[in-house]
Amino acid sequence: MWGSYGSTREAFEAIVNRHMKDAYFIALGLVGNREDALELSQEAFYRAYKHFDQLNAPEKFFPWFYQILRNLCFSHLRKRKVRRAYAMGADDSGIGSDEPGSAASAAGQEAAAATMPDTYDPEMVAERNESKDRLWKAIGQLDEKHREVIVLRHFRNLSYDDMAKVLFCNRGTVTSRLYYARKRLKEILDRESGCPTADGSDREPRKGGQTV
Amino acid sequence: MTCQDHKDSMMAYLDNELDEAQKQAFEAHLASCPKCQQELEEFKTLKQITDGVELVEPEDRLWQQYWGGVYNRIERGIGWVVFSVAGILLLIYGGFTAIENVITDPGISALLKVGLLALLVGLAILFVSVVRERIFFWSKDRYKDVRR
Repeated sequence: MWGSYGSTREAFEAIVNRHMKDAYFIALGLVGNREDALELSQEAFYRAYKHFDQLNAPEKFFPWFYQILRNLCFSHLRKRKVRRAYAMGADDSGIGSDEPGSAASAAGQEAAAATMPDTYDPEMVAERNESKDRLWKAIGQLDEKHREVIVLRHFRNLSYDDMAKVLFCNRGTVTSRLYYARKRLKEILDRESGCPTADGSDREPRKGGQTV
Repeated sequence: MTCQDHKDSMMAYLDNELDEAQKQAFEAHLASCPKCQQELEEFKTLKQITDGVELVEPEDRLWQQYWGGVYNRIERGIGWVVFSVAGILLLIYGGFTAIENVITDPGISALLKVGLLALLVGLAILFVSVVRERIFFWSKDRYKDVRR
């Protein structure tokens, strides 16, 4: 039993050493600061270890692990947004939670949290300048599925085929998602710099024919 | 093909992910479409900025201590499991000993003994009910064998 534990642990240590940089930098791209990226990537490895026996083939480790990592990162961001929205709401109104109408204000704060951009630490960008800082902040304003394709493509240099594997989708979906992610990124940068924005007429269609 | 059909090709062209035939087809469309030419130029500028953004490489110490951080979590997880199992076993043992003492003690009234027994029977029924419900849902779960 202990022999099996030891060999699993050694095999897992080798896997962690092989993928730790990808895990850390992807988490950094998704959450925007070093402490959270380190914490979340290590936690993702721990969770992967707990369910390691569910993995049928070792070569499928990274796509499987990526799902754990992204879910952890996005769930962390949602909680952080809600906490920030509540903190800001409390600062603004100075009311306690037992005030009348607090349920409505809680719903309002959750709605505010949903639209709040994530704060990205500019210190994380190497050889900083104004345009790089603006772009890094703009990535923090993208929604989840757009942010992850930008991070995977630009910060980990994944090919379209590799992106399709980790995102569990086909190549067409990857290219389409990248198109709308870059389009959105361009709109945010144009808006921040005061230039006229794109008309948004060809935004990514949602299921049911609605637009995002 | 319309411009909309070429949107995805534009990304793959930009990222050098098209094969030769696809590249030629896209370039042929590009030559006749000023709108796509302009859009491609805008995307090229954006890609240039994005490619220029590199994330700060942490010091080597972080990588050297990385596995240690993961291992600590694994070790603590195992510690918690052992601690919880031991706690449950001790609670069960303590509980049985306490009940035995109460029942065999002639100084305690019969009503209290009956009440205590009824409480335990109630708890046992609740426990069996929850376990049965879990087993029932598990056996009906269509996704239980889905593994990646």
